[in-house]
Amino acid sequence: MLKLVQEASQLEHFGRALVALGIVREDLVVLDPDVAASTKTTYFAERFPERFIEIGISEQDMIGVAAGLAASGKTPVACGFAVFVACRAWEQIANSVARPGLNVKIVGTHSGLSPSADGASHQTIGDIVLMRVLPGMRVVVPADAAEAVKALEGVVEASGPAYLRLMRGSTPVVYDEGCDFEIGRANLLREGSDVTIVANGVMVGMALEAAERLARYGVSARVLDMHTVKPLDVSAVGEAARETGAIVTAEEHSVIGGLGGVVAETIVGDSPTPMAMVGVKDRFGGSSRSHKELLASLGLTPDAIVRAVQSTMEKRK
Amino acid sequence: MELTELGRLISSLTVGEEPTVLGNMVQTRDGLRQLGSVIKDLRKTVLRMIAEAGSGHLGASLSAVDILAVLYFMRMRHKPEAPSWPGRDRLVLSKGHAAPALYAVLAKAGYFPEEELTSLRRLGSRLQGHPDIETPGVDASTGSLGQGLSIAVGMALASKIDGSGCRVYALVGDGELNEGQIWEAALTAVHHGLDNLTVIVDWNGYQLTGRTEDVKSIEPLDEKWKAFGWDTVLADGNDPESILEALNLCDLTTGKPSVVIARTTKGKGVSFMEGNRFSRKAPDPEELRKALSELI
Repeated sequence: MLKLVQEASQLEHFGRALVALGIVREDLVVLDPDVAASTKTTYFAERFPERFIEIGISEQDMIGVAAGLAASGKTPVACGFAVFVACRAWEQIANSVARPGLNVKIVGTHSGLSPSADGASHQTIGDIVLMRVLPGMRVVVPADAAEAVKALEGVVEASGPAYLRLMRGSTPVVYDEGCDFEIGRANLLREGSDVTIVANGVMVGMALEAAERLARYGVSARVLDMHTVKPLDVSAVGEAARETGAIVTAEEHSVIGGLGGVVAETIVGDSPTPMAMVGVKDRFGGSSRSHKELLASLGLTPDAIVRAVQSTMEKRK
Repeated sequence: MELTELGRLISSLTVGEEPTVLGNMVQTRDGLRQLGSVIKDLRKTVLRMIAEAGSGHLGASLSAVDILAVLYFMRMRHKPEAPSWPGRDRLVLSKGHAAPALYAVLAKAGYFPEEELTSLRRLGSRLQGHPDIETPGVDASTGSLGQGLSIAVGMALASKIDGSGCRVYALVGDGELNEGQIWEAALTAVHHGLDNLTVIVDWNGYQLTGRTEDVKSIEPLDEKWKAFGWDTVLADGNDPESILEALNLCDLTTGKPSVVIARTTKGKGVSFMEGNRFSRKAPDPEELRKALSELI
């Protein structure tokens, strides 16, 4: 199927969607630590200067300020590069936001390997595990620009702390004909009976590509867009385990504790199933002038998913 | 009634139409005398709470109790019968380890029964070792040092955005000023001109390991805050009248936040507890008896 638009920027759409939300939600306040031009919160800042708080380069302070705003009835959206917000300010998020269950929306941009040229210092392979370990924290990883908009609406509408993980740059379009989105409910993108590929973020497009290739070998692969890591759609995962008997997860994150981890934790008790994880294998990234090239160098490709499917199906035999 | 003209003026401005807690405790000599006896009781309560719990930061609680009492009984607009009243003034106890003093004050104000105080640190109690918003009257979950001032800045910003006129106080420790986030928040507060925010530094000169000047010197305190752009006022943090006058002065600051640098004595009120000896040690029954006998 030919797509009208091949690639789109999550952040560009996120920035515009923030303005739209700001129009209907007067309680929305946006905070940004001196990266507004990159996170695209500039659109909100221009439209609602009185509700935009430039916090300067101080992410830990930003989280606390957001907590104070939420405690006073505001709905703060605290944005910044994922590694500096979710990882650097983790303990502030834990103690100032998650413990009191405050209605703070944390948006980690430039996540995963997407700031590819900047190198390992700016990349994030541990934010999902750090966020999902916090009680009450919702964790959402949209696959493309359209889903990023829906996910933003979803986390803002749901009361309580949430982490929204977005990518820098243009990434492949997955939802070119609209996108259903409900927090905690996986999107079934392709039906299949031999194996299920559970993916999120940039890996969803690759999972679909892998499924297409597998079909040529006579393998029927189900593809789930598991945009919500927490609360996980346990029924979709359970069905995948029981109905297809093999699971491969694919994520732009360490294989330790991310999507693969949560899926494994879920199936091990109720429906033990052979599974494999495609993700970053316990190492840091590095510089590359292309996101895609960096992903490939770390083994995040449709080919890697295909191989993981084959080896997992063999284990089942 | 001997309070300064300034104090009277401020009092008339801040008490306002909304009822203040212990409405009899207005800013007068009589009020201050009454408050003095309330504070003596609060010290005894704190001693009993920590003795009963078997652990807790006694020294820090005793150094901060006068400041908290002045805030809740003479300064802040709040309604113990409606703890989440949006129009209330807020206190963020950034030095969360002084929680026993805050709990004693909140119970005295009527937020929850005083009998509950002895449940401090017990499984299932609403009174955790450090503050949590599950406790009626507690405005912020704290305990991890350095985080409270940022929360207070957020509350003060919300008050500015809404034009609600709420005032926000943050009580920080001097040892806590080792934390970098405090100074991030100090810059943010000045940048946004938060004149509805007042920080009180409980300047007792000690932190866990020893004297602040030996662990990691933060002096000269007032010059540091001034250099960051804050209005500074010095006070005797164990003298309610001095605290009150300092807070009244802070109300006059416009366009920037204010800080009261309140000289206190850690373990104040019990001779053998002053200094760092009871920094985080609960009194045994004999020590409790002796301590209470000093507070008659």
